Order: sequence, then C-alpha cells, then structure tokens
Amino acid sequence: MTQRARPLLLTSPALAVIGVFMLVPLGYGLAYSFLTASPYGGAELPLSAEGYVQILFQRDFDDSLYFSPTYLLILLRSIVLAGLTSVISAALGLPVAWFIASRPARWQGTLLFVVTLPFWVNSLVRTYCWVLLLRDQGLVNMALQGAGLTQEPLPLMYNDGATLVGLVYNFLPFMVLPIYAALERLDPRLIEAAHDLYATRRRAFLRIVLPLAVPGMRAGALMVFAPALGYFLVPDLLGGGRSLMIGNLIQSAFTSGRNWPFGAALSTLVTAGVLVFLVIAARRGRVEATP
Amino acid sequence: MKRAYDPTHSPGLGAYVALIILFLYAPLAVLTVYSFNGGNLVTVWNGASLRWFEAVIANGDIQDAALNSFMIAGSATVLATLIAIPAAMGLERASRRLGVALGSLFALPLLVPEIVTAVTTLVFFASIKLRLGLANLVIAHTVFCIPFAMMPIRARVRGMGETLENAARDLYAPPFAVFRRITLPLLAPAIWSGAILAFVVSLDDFVISALVGDAGTTTLPVYVYGMIRRGITPEVNAASTLMLVFSLILAGLGRSLSRRRTRR
Repeated sequence: MTQRARPLLLTSPALAVIGVFMLVPLGYGLAYSFLTASPYGGAELPLSAEGYVQILFQRDFDDSLYFSPTYLLILLRSIVLAGLTSVISAALGLPVAWFIASRPARWQGTLLFVVTLPFWVNSLVRTYCWVLLLRDQGLVNMALQGAGLTQEPLPLMYNDGATLVGLVYNFLPFMVLPIYAALERLDPRLIEAAHDLYATRRRAFLRIVLPLAVPGMRAGALMVFAPALGYFLVPDLLGGGRSLMIGNLIQSAFTSGRNWPFGAALSTLVTAGVLVFLVIAARRGRVEATP
Repeated sequence: MKRAYDPTHSPGLGAYVALIILFLYAPLAVLTVYSFNGGNLVTVWNGASLRWFEAVIANGDIQDAALNSFMIAGSATVLATLIAIPAAMGLERASRRLGVALGSLFALPLLVPEIVTAVTTLVFFASIKLRLGLANLVIAHTVFCIPFAMMPIRARVRGMGETLENAARDLYAPPFAVFRRITLPLLAPAIWSGAILAFVVSLDDFVISALVGDAGTTTLPVYVYGMIRRGITPEVNAASTLMLVFSLILAGLGRSLSRRRTRR
C-alpha cells in the first residue's frame, strides 16, 4: 500500500457517510429550493424561483408582486441577535478567561470544568430554566412583585431581550474556551515588564492582554455566530411569535407552512451566508497569523 | 508601604467571575428546587416531595421516549466512533492539502446550522422514500456525532507520534498486531472521551430528531418539548431535572477519563 492511498482508505467510511447523508441532502435542499410547493407538503416540478421570490415579495390577489419586509426583518433580526450574542459573550467571557488563565496551573482545569459544566446539560433543559425565571408567574416577576417593585408582572418573555439572554446563556462557554486557549500562552513576564515601565493595571490589560485575546475571540465568534444564527429552541421558547429567527421560519415552512421550496430557499441562503462568513473569517485569521 | 506586585492580581476580578458562575448555575438550581415541589402548581410551594419524580418514572410515554433516546444515542455513538477512529488516523497522516480538504468536509455537520441539517435530511429521506423508523434517526445522529467522536482521537493521534508504531513494525509485527497492541491501547482514553461526547450530543439533539423523526420515534427531548408546549407543570420540572442529573453524571465521567489520560 502506498503512503498516499492509506489516508484515503482510512477516511473512506467517514467520507461515505458524511458525503451521502450530509453533502447529498444539502444538494437536495438546493434542488428543492427551485421547485414548486405541493399543497400537502413536499415539492414538485416545474422549476421555479418562487421560493426565493417569497423571501422579499408577496403576491396580491391579482397575482402582482409587492414588496413585503416581514421575512427580511426576521433575517436581519437573526443576524443582529447572533452578532450581539457573539459580542456580549466575548465581553462577558474575556475577564473569566483571563481569571482562569492567570490562576496556578492546578486550579485551571477545575475552573474550566466549572465554567463548561452547564454546557453538558441538555439544551432544551437549559432553555426551559429561563422560561421558569422569565415568564409572568416566573421567579423574577414573583420576586419583583414580592418586593413591591411592580404591581403587574413585567413582560420579560416573548421579546428580543429574552431571546438574547437565552442565546448568551447557551453560547458563553464556547467563547470562554478559545479566549482561555489564547491567554494561557501569555507570558506573565510581559505584564511584569509593563509594570516596571509604570503601566497601570488598566493600561497593561488594554495593551497586552486584550490584543493577545483577540485571536481567541475571533475563534470564539466562529463557534458562536454561525450556530446562534440558525438556533431554534431559544427563539421558539423564549422569543415566541414576536422574536422569530430564521431557524423558526425554516421549521415552520417545513411543518405547518407546508412550503418546502420556501424553507429550502431560506436554508440555502443561510448555509451560503454561514459558509462565506466562515471562509472569510478563516482567511483573515490566517493572514494575521503569518508574521 | 510594601507593594509586592502580583501581575495576575486584579481587584474585583474574582467577584466578577463568581457572578458569572452564579449566572451559569442559578437557572439550573431554580429548576432543581422547583422539581421537588409537592404541590400541583409550579409557583406555589407545597412542601418538598418526590411525588413528581415518581410520576415521571411511572409515565409510560416518557419511558418509551427515554428508551428511543438511549437506543438512538447508543447506536449512533458506536457507529460514529467506529467511523471516527480510522478517519482520525487517516486525517492526521494525510498530506497537508488532503488533510485540510477532508477535515473541512468532516466538520460540515458542525458548520452548517442545525436547522438546515434537519430540513435537508428530511427532504433527502422523503425523496428517496427511506422510512426505517428509528434507523432513520440513527443515520442522522451518526452524521453529526462523527466530528465530536473524532475531535479527541485526532488530538491524541497528533500527540503520540509514530515512534512506538514504527518500533513495532521494525520488530516485524504485522499491521493488525501493531494496531491491536500499540495504537488502540494508546488511543483508548481518547476513544472513550469521543464516545461520551458523541453520546451526550446525540441525547442533546432536539431539532433534527423533531423534524426527521415520526410518531413512533419520539425521543426524550422531543417528548419533553411537547410537554412544555402543553403547559408548565411540576412534571415537566421533574423530567427536566432527571435529564439534568443524567447529563452531569456523564460530564463527571468524561472528566475523570480526561484526567486519567493526562496523568499517563
């Protein structure tokens, strides 16, 4: 056996399974996005771009198209919420990662375990916990009313804020880990040197720790932004009808909406967007990493 | 004034980290406390009781759903691990170009949004009229478990080098003996870590199971989701707490394995 043939042979089962059951279905999704919706779900010929047209336009009674921003707004909301989730997770996670990285080595493993443990819990359960906290009869509202701060329960659930809290809660560990990995390699003597040169703690943090944490934050953003964009459970349970994200839109197109080509068109759009984002981010990371 | 400078000390940082840890754990703690409520209403405390845990364990639908979840997760974990072991070895020993190409392809289930994987798999299975019940879900779960099963094994293959295997080959060990006696024992802890990760990820899945599955293949998260949709009840809390505890046991198992690995 030649040296080149062996890696191919060893990876062939994975190649076959992921090729047939991941790559081919993505191709089917692309194909379905150009078909016509069947009345009871599924799709049929003739070919049509109706799925894509429906993202921006609706049909009037006389079959003329008019611009409708409903779905565009949901797309924009998804991008904004996923972006905010990345930024907030990075801001919250950076000090945590720095704290862990600057502890003695024997404590670091334990602290990382403590921070990542909730991530092992089922994501449905993690999201459901926030329903218990935020709903009208939830713990937060009971506490506020008990303290006499409000008479009526505050509408904490079914809005963009609730979705954002749920997303940050679900994705925070993804951000702490890569920032920690970047800061773990930081030489503490750099900060001693800064101190010797009369830098304040603040200045040493801003000029030394922060720049070294940036590659970690970028890696974290890759792991947070893309999955958050298409996340289903959080906007579904915490956001409700008023904070729909693209994942909910795709799900309803394939279930209650019975409009598979529309759902397939949205899926194609999101997948293309995410893959382009990842390629650009990976390129930029590589350019900056080369000295 | 003596001022011993500790470069890593930052005032208030410890308190901040404590707050974040509170943010991460308080919701889980609230759920757990609620689930011991003996009353019929979620919000009115009526004394501690195991009543709702008993109700959950006696619920036949939940038993069926849990059984489905375990069968799917178990099968998908075994399949994904068996596929991931040779793939990880192949990837680490491939040429740079091939390694990057195959590595990106195998990462596809992690990169494509879950909901897209779910609907395209649904479209694919519907088109080829594949209706194998639980096996449909086992296939779908195996696909997204492969990258998770592969991650720790790849890291281990990279770390261990080829010295020991080459030594065995120099002593005329046949290829399978090298794998059986040298490679496999060295990889074992990483294989277990990957398998646990795959098992947890499979049990965690909701979106793919909900869309690809049918009436007979309801998994535990899909069933509990349905319960939540029907209304917040103490039974939902107890079921969620049981899932929480089970996840924590698996996490502990994973940690003790990775500690054993680093000690070697």
